[in-house]
Amino acid sequence: MTVSSDRSATLSLKSVWKLFGDGAEAVLREAGGNPPPEVLRAHAIIPAVRNVTLDVHEGECFVIMGLSGSGKSTLVRCMSRLIEPTAGEILFHGENLLEATPQRLIEIRRHQMGMVFQHFALLPHLNVLANVAFPLEVQGIGRVEREARAREMIELVGLGGREGFYPRELSGGQQQRVGIARSLAVEPDVWFLDEPFSALDPLIRREMQDEFIRLQAVLKKSIVFITHDFDESIRLADRIAIMKDGAVVQIGSPEDLLMAPADDYVAEFTHNVSKSKVVRVASLMKPTGAKSPKGGYGGEVREDVSVAEAAPRFAGSGKPLKVVNGEGKIVGRLEHSDVVKLMMQG
Amino acid sequence: MNTADRSMTMEPAGMAWLRLTPLRLVWLVALLAVTAVWIAGKNVFPWAFTVPREMRLPAKTLVGDAMDWLVEEANFGLFTFVEFTRFVSRLVEIPYQFALSLLSTGFLQGQGSDAVQILPPVSWIAVIAVLSLLGFYAGGRRLALLVACCFGFIAAFGQWENAMVTLASILIAVPLGAAGGLLMGIAAWRWRAVDIALRPLLDLMQTVPVFAYLVPILFLFGFGPTAAIIATIIYAMPPMTRITVLALRGVPPEVTDLGNMVGCTRRQLIWRVMVPTSMQSLMVGVNQVIMLSLNMVIIASMIGAGGLGYEVLAALRRLDIGAGIEAGLAIVALAIALDRLSQALARRATAQHHVTQAPKSLLAAHPYTAAAVLLVIATGIIGLAVPAIQAFPESWQASTGNFWNEVVKWINVNYFDQLEALKNALLLNVMIPFKRFLLGLPWVGVVGLVALAGWSLGGWRLALLTGVLALLIAVTGQWAKAMVTVYLCGASVVLACLIGMPIGMVTAGHPRLWRLVEAVIDTLQTLPSFVYLMPAVMLFRVGDFTAMLAVVAYAISPVIRYTVLGLQRVPDNLIEAGKASGCTNWQLMTKVRLKLALPEIMLGINQTVMLALSMLVITALVGTRDLGQEVYIALTKADTGRGIVAGLAVAFIAIIADRLITAGSRRLRARLGLQEEAGA
Repeated sequence: MTVSSDRSATLSLKSVWKLFGDGAEAVLREAGGNPPPEVLRAHAIIPAVRNVTLDVHEGECFVIMGLSGSGKSTLVRCMSRLIEPTAGEILFHGENLLEATPQRLIEIRRHQMGMVFQHFALLPHLNVLANVAFPLEVQGIGRVEREARAREMIELVGLGGREGFYPRELSGGQQQRVGIARSLAVEPDVWFLDEPFSALDPLIRREMQDEFIRLQAVLKKSIVFITHDFDESIRLADRIAIMKDGAVVQIGSPEDLLMAPADDYVAEFTHNVSKSKVVRVASLMKPTGAKSPKGGYGGEVREDVSVAEAAPRFAGSGKPLKVVNGEGKIVGRLEHSDVVKLMMQG
Repeated sequence: MNTADRSMTMEPAGMAWLRLTPLRLVWLVALLAVTAVWIAGKNVFPWAFTVPREMRLPAKTLVGDAMDWLVEEANFGLFTFVEFTRFVSRLVEIPYQFALSLLSTGFLQGQGSDAVQILPPVSWIAVIAVLSLLGFYAGGRRLALLVACCFGFIAAFGQWENAMVTLASILIAVPLGAAGGLLMGIAAWRWRAVDIALRPLLDLMQTVPVFAYLVPILFLFGFGPTAAIIATIIYAMPPMTRITVLALRGVPPEVTDLGNMVGCTRRQLIWRVMVPTSMQSLMVGVNQVIMLSLNMVIIASMIGAGGLGYEVLAALRRLDIGAGIEAGLAIVALAIALDRLSQALARRATAQHHVTQAPKSLLAAHPYTAAAVLLVIATGIIGLAVPAIQAFPESWQASTGNFWNEVVKWINVNYFDQLEALKNALLLNVMIPFKRFLLGLPWVGVVGLVALAGWSLGGWRLALLTGVLALLIAVTGQWAKAMVTVYLCGASVVLACLIGMPIGMVTAGHPRLWRLVEAVIDTLQTLPSFVYLMPAVMLFRVGDFTAMLAVVAYAISPVIRYTVLGLQRVPDNLIEAGKASGCTNWQLMTKVRLKLALPEIMLGINQTVMLALSMLVITALVGTRDLGQEVYIALTKADTGRGIVAGLAVAFIAIIADRLITAGSRRLRARLGLQEEAGA
């Protein structure tokens, strides 16, 4: 869908396959690199990732959303070769990871990748400080330097003062903060988060999402974020890839998915999302036309706010709103009737 | 299966068990055939009762020759195999001598009787204090008190010297055994080929009776404590290996992923991620190594380990019940102290707490170590002046030997007839007929039936395994002795079930009672097998009956434990359904709970069979005439071939029983629609 892009891609996947079962590679080769599901089933091969092509741009939060068993966890592990893909190309800063030697791979993982796990994966025998410093310790960085760096990270995630605690002395939310601090300690170029908030209870999850948004505003990492929660992906994503049965169904911004779902499967997710909170004014506005409307404008609104935020500006008047861009230049107008129609859809 | 289901619906329900499925037909024919041969007797089918000469495998001679070759000719070019093993033995001797000097003899200069003590051993007070301190560190005041009581008991009853010799052996054997097991486990986890190669070896190591490999060790490593330590290490390593593999496989995949993601090398992944993460399970393994080492060090007194085991052995040989029980109780005290200590240390190792403040000095950072060192030095210096501090004064020692002898005398005077009547009644009416029956069976028939059982429970592969193993027992000339082993083992297991299952059934419904029983059987399981001989001998002197009682006492724990666990795991809704259908409590137990708990109980019986077989060999000391005796005689005559062949026969019986019962349990579980449990 978006093979080439205007922005530079940090991570680029091209026709990545992961098949489980004996002789999977041969089956793939015989079918010309794109076997239909029936063929796979006939050979008792389970496809976990099917022909995935996508780009993760510099500094964007790329969310992969899918239900359990859709292959999203396998896919994110293929990206770092924790799981060896069966076929395809994975370009990281233009370098094909599938051709990297084990030494090179260790180098890349040590310095350029960070990962956060669903169940935190903290080492039980190390305290918070040592857990966060662990990736640096593995690299052979001296105690003083790595602990200074770890302390910085612990401050960043708001756990200052807990350095000496052991994982089982912390709550789930705190443990995941440690996991986040640890994954950031090496200042990775790409940050993988595998359902980082799924194991937390809803209130904490909300809090951690806010925390994540705050962190990302500061850090501007290239992120691959895995989740099964569509609301979460809408909140956090710049772009979302929806996966089903190992294949990517649609890639797009939250708004794209809402306004133009590729199929019923995607529509099913968007069904319960209140559109006015996601759709931005720019997508709903009409061109200004030659002259200003009869009754004049009821007010002014920026193009990048959500429709729900813009709605109160009508203040009961029903007159259209003037839509301006960041520089205050007029770019269109927002009709009261369009807003009402959208909000009626839920 | 489908046809069977259909036929069931066609017949009246009461007749269902009579219907002839193909499998039942095969069994019927086989049983009829065996019975026919059995009735026809030796005159008609002589080959079916005694293995024909041309079929015999001269395994004893083969193994013996191989051993001779290993001892006399095998070499690595520069040095011979025996030189190598003796070198290993010398290597182990160095730390052992150190530990022995530290705990028992003191540091000596010079040889033999000219030796001059330059440093005394650590005084008894210091040993007790340091171990109690360790107890306090690991488990608080109660554990400290328990440890102090156990070792105080040992000192007070004059077993201090022996206990320290045993402890020195354990101190050397445990780290080596644990480390060896850990490394083998890691290798098996990392390389599939190693795993596949190790698995049957581990099975064999755990089922071959310990006496059997004492003989080759005697040849290769000489007689004495170091050979005993090596035997101990070999004995204690397999469980550690198994536990290590399980523990490493049990590390959550996310944690392995983490290790890889932060760029660990292979070595970093194993030592910095996998091993520390699985520390809790590994410590369970270390606890097992300690308890098994204790068990083996006691048994290895037969090849010169000395210590408490030797006391029991010597007492058994001269039937000095009093002395035997005293040494036995000291072993019990040592076992309880070591078990509780190592368990508490294991818990502590995985339960660190954060410290709020960094300690200021080295002394403050290690208060326990500092206190222990101080204690040892202080008592050492005071001990130079006050002998009572250095060595436990003899005048304080109490001996219960006479007391126990009196007890035995009293029992024999007052209850001799009753005990004798009980023993004879059981022997004459149950045990001896059972033994005669087994001995009278044609070997061909038994081998065939064992194979058939394998086939109907687990298919061709199991049939092949059980059939071949049974055949091997026959053709190596072990048949009659093996049948005696089967008879003793069978009788013991039946008795253990008759006692253990009712206990389990009663305690399953009473959590508080169960906690009590659990504490008792936990302790029973930690005691070295030697200990069980003394009370049985005390009451019934030597013979099959005594052996059976000792075996039952040693092997009863799993039956009780698994009966309780099995009953407790029966889903509540099924019990409610039973109650709703108007079951009485008895019906509920027999028709619902026991039926559903049966697969679990079978696993318990399986473990009981394994324990019974390992204990049986030791009961050779009280005069049984089975494979155990064969191994024991081989040991006393240093006949490698005889010992190993008989030992392997015991292992084969164990493996056959294990595979058949496990397969049966699995089938039953599947039929009941219960979930297969990991590791079960």
